[in-house]
Amino acid sequence: MYFCLYHRHLLELLKQTAVHGESNSALIIGPRGSGKTALLNRALKDLREMKQVKENLLEVHLNGLLQTNDKVALKEITRQLHLENVVGDKVFGSFAENLVFLLEALRKGDRTSSCPVLFVLDEFDLFVHHKNQTLLYNLFDISQSAQTPVTVIGLTCRQDILELLEKRVKSRFSHRRIYLMNSFAFKQYLRIFKEQLSLPAAFPDKIFAQKWNSNIQLLSEDKTVQDVLQNLFHYSKDLRSLHFLLMLALSNVTVRHPLITASDLQEASKQYRMDSKANIVHGLTVLEICLIIAMKHLNEVYEGEPFNFQMVYNEFQKFIQRKAHCMYNFEKPVVMKAFEHLLQLELVKPIERPSVRSQREYLLMELLLDNNQIMDALQAYPNCPTDVKQWAASSLSWL
Amino acid sequence: MPILEHPAYPPATLLCLESLVPCRESQVSMLLSIFGERQQLSFPSIFIYGHTSSGKTYVMKTLLNTLQLPHVFVNCVECFTSRLLLEEILIQLQNGSETKQASPVPCDTFNDFVRLFKQALVSQNLQDQTVYVVLDRAEQLREMEANVLPAFLRLQELTDRNVTVILLSEIVWEMFRPNTGCFEPFILYFPDYSIGHLQKILSQNHPPEYSADFYSAYINILLGVFYMVCRDLKELQHLAALNFSKYCEPVVRREAKERDTRKLWKNIEPHLKKAMQTVYLREISSSQWERLQCEEEPGQIKGLSAHTHVELPYYSKFLLIAAYLASYNPVRTDKRFFLKHHGKIKKTNFMKKHEKTSNHLLGPKPFPLDRLLAILYSIVDNRVAPTANIFSQHLLCGHDENWTIY
Repeated sequence: MYFCLYHRHLLELLKQTAVHGESNSALIIGPRGSGKTALLNRALKDLREMKQVKENLLEVHLNGLLQTNDKVALKEITRQLHLENVVGDKVFGSFAENLVFLLEALRKGDRTSSCPVLFVLDEFDLFVHHKNQTLLYNLFDISQSAQTPVTVIGLTCRQDILELLEKRVKSRFSHRRIYLMNSFAFKQYLRIFKEQLSLPAAFPDKIFAQKWNSNIQLLSEDKTVQDVLQNLFHYSKDLRSLHFLLMLALSNVTVRHPLITASDLQEASKQYRMDSKANIVHGLTVLEICLIIAMKHLNEVYEGEPFNFQMVYNEFQKFIQRKAHCMYNFEKPVVMKAFEHLLQLELVKPIERPSVRSQREYLLMELLLDNNQIMDALQAYPNCPTDVKQWAASSLSWL
Repeated sequence: MPILEHPAYPPATLLCLESLVPCRESQVSMLLSIFGERQQLSFPSIFIYGHTSSGKTYVMKTLLNTLQLPHVFVNCVECFTSRLLLEEILIQLQNGSETKQASPVPCDTFNDFVRLFKQALVSQNLQDQTVYVVLDRAEQLREMEANVLPAFLRLQELTDRNVTVILLSEIVWEMFRPNTGCFEPFILYFPDYSIGHLQKILSQNHPPEYSADFYSAYINILLGVFYMVCRDLKELQHLAALNFSKYCEPVVRREAKERDTRKLWKNIEPHLKKAMQTVYLREISSSQWERLQCEEEPGQIKGLSAHTHVELPYYSKFLLIAAYLASYNPVRTDKRFFLKHHGKIKKTNFMKKHEKTSNHLLGPKPFPLDRLLAILYSIVDNRVAPTANIFSQHLLCGHDENWTIY
């Protein structure tokens, strides 16, 4: 894979702790879906298979989403090191005391040095928000002092992670960083596409695997498929989106349709890039569409200033009285119910929280759709009455 | 030819499933292909969005129950805090096959939840099958702690077990995404029902005494009146059930045959229009509506929002008028309107810019009590003594700290 270099680098780092007993710290930084966890897992797998490391390395895996404060984190560390019985009911004065006690307890009987411990902190940027960054300070502090061989590896998606660290924490960090930036070109992307879809050699049905793999080869040379992949590549380079697209395409494969075709991929691409708000607008009633058009006109006349229900109702009345032939003049409460449905779908949002004092009709709101979205959605709207369409297209609202 | 096919499940079950989910076959077949076989890993999280009553909850429940896949179904409006939500999931997991209620396991944080979840899977022998956690009304997850939504999206990775989380919501995914991103779920859209689909589904419920054609004609008329305003299947079913007896009246009284569409239409049309003003807006309850239908004369069926005539005493009427004037006129115009020997008011730049926005569109403004009384004294012809009578009549108009008129 493209990150062989990083893999070697990381493995060296881990080996230093596990085999030679040196302490270290590093951060793996990269956008979501760029392979940070995959890289670390691969390195750990290789590390565990090494002869010198077997049974000698202790791992503690922490995640910022689960350990939301330092107390929980400390309990989790105790649990993962299987030291609950040793700690028992002891009460510690500080976090540092507790952590040092835990690491002391790992010292084996006759050895002068203790077991090396590897701390993996996933969603590292969430630990930065804990009070005083106590956990991070203590972990990095121990990794700098020579007592216990400890490696701290953090994984994060934030590029500005170093600015978030406090000064005293930052100074104890070794500043070793591995950046995973999805820095491959389109040719490599195509190769990855082929690799992901090909069946491995160990697949039981050899004949089918042969047919399948040659089909994949043909697809990767097909112009339409390359266009689809190019589109996706321009939008988002990471491999997670590619997997999603391939998943959608593969869901069409059945016994009757055993090989993927270019049209499968095109369908998948269309489905992946659907505008979800346009889908929601497609399901609205004609009355709600009229209200959205009224809001669009209000936005044009008043240049985006917030409006309230009374103003929208006014616009709607103007349309009914002057232009509408097939729209029935609905009563105000019925129009209010339609408006509240739009509120519920979050297509319209109030600017400030509704208070007890102000009436619902006069609460200021804004529309969360822009003109292009509205006009596109109207094109796709089934059985739209013609005068509604014409009203939408007219730019002067008082005609 | 059956539409739903999957090698892992017996065709008889799939045929039964198909009959239970009309007009949703393509969504169900997509879900089946993502779920795969029982023991295969599925996508870690799936996000399904669509309008109300587009069948998300119903299809999910039917699919999981018919194929007997192990699942947990939780509504996030019912369990509105993270603690309630996590404990509910654990309770449902433990109940599983047993009929007796398991005692609630205390679960404060997501960390505990992950541990207890793994233990529950072992105790229920579910390690080799995919367990589905379905969260309905998932937009409420945004109101809970910040780690709940991203943690659920990654539950498969955090627990390292075969579990898939399915989120159902009306709101689009873009409104859910946290600031620093998260694991993107598989997004599936449940399209709204077209008018043909609605006709098909509503016509399925026809009562046995009448023919299917008769009921379809009725549904056609109902949709003709309500489709512009309401496409919600549940509401339409409710309205169909309430108004059917009125529709059948001419046939029951032997005034018309089943095929006399014009007579039936003339009978039901004003009735449906009235229904739109009252029952559709939930201003009278369905039982009141049914009672009104039974009355012989076409009685006055008016909603609460229609005018209620209340005779107010003399001074109260003037108080009401004074309050209306006070809330809609700006303060500087008071001198001009209510005093003799007033001057002209010069139009300032500010007023010229905002001429278009009528005060009626911006709503009533609050005003102090003194101003109300001042306007009252100026509009009432004869002298008004500030007696206790006047002050007590304030209560009739309803009040606020600073007054506003409603």
